[in-house]
Amino acid sequence: MKILYFAWLRERLNRGEETIDPPADIATVSDLMDWLAASDEGIDLVFENRDLIRVAVDDELVEHDETIAGAETVAFFPPMTGG
Amino acid sequence: MLTVRLQAEIFDAGTETNTFLRDCGGAGAAVTFTGLVRSLPGQAIEALELEHYPAMAQKALTALGEKAMDRFGLMRLTIIHRFGRLLPEEPIVQVMALSAHRQAAFDGANFVMDVLKTDAPFWKKETAGGKEDWVGAKSEDDFARDRWQK
Repeated sequence: MKILYFAWLRERLNRGEETIDPPADIATVSDLMDWLAASDEGIDLVFENRDLIRVAVDDELVEHDETIAGAETVAFFPPMTGG
Repeated sequence: MLTVRLQAEIFDAGTETNTFLRDCGGAGAAVTFTGLVRSLPGQAIEALELEHYPAMAQKALTALGEKAMDRFGLMRLTIIHRFGRLLPEEPIVQVMALSAHRQAAFDGANFVMDVLKTDAPFWKKETAGGKEDWVGAKSEDDFARDRWQK
């Protein structure tokens, strides 16, 4: 599974993407965030305020309770500020 | 007809408008919105860096454009959004809507901008006084988007 980070998450983590292989019991975005945070101190810090983290699964904006079954790409980023 | 363009290159707002208005199929109204890099006295900036998530931006703006075409019965809609390094007074975004009567074009362009601000994957970083800062999301942008919910 490919993980993408954008904006200040990318800067603070010093990377824009990584490939991971989460265990089978990681079912939702929220589970994935717990698992990533537990495995990496830097991620734990950027995920500190979960309400500020937006998530896209395979390029679609989703809520944190969304399933990640079959997902190829999960992206994490702050609230968007385009326009 | 919907056109969505993401580009690093600067565009000319007037040229884009004239192209959009060509062969307009007898439409009665066109609304054009151009968003510019703001740099006001007291809040001057040197540059704006626009980061984006290319695959998702294209998909999100296409889906948003389709929704706007359908909801407001637009005859034509074009969304142009830049990314990369931008300078004050340069255009960032242009939304152009064509319709039979004016209200649909006004509402369609307004709707696209309100939803784009909060739901399209772009992030602004400003350079001011030699210091870089990520621009924070504004709660009024959420209100502006939510008023279109029905």
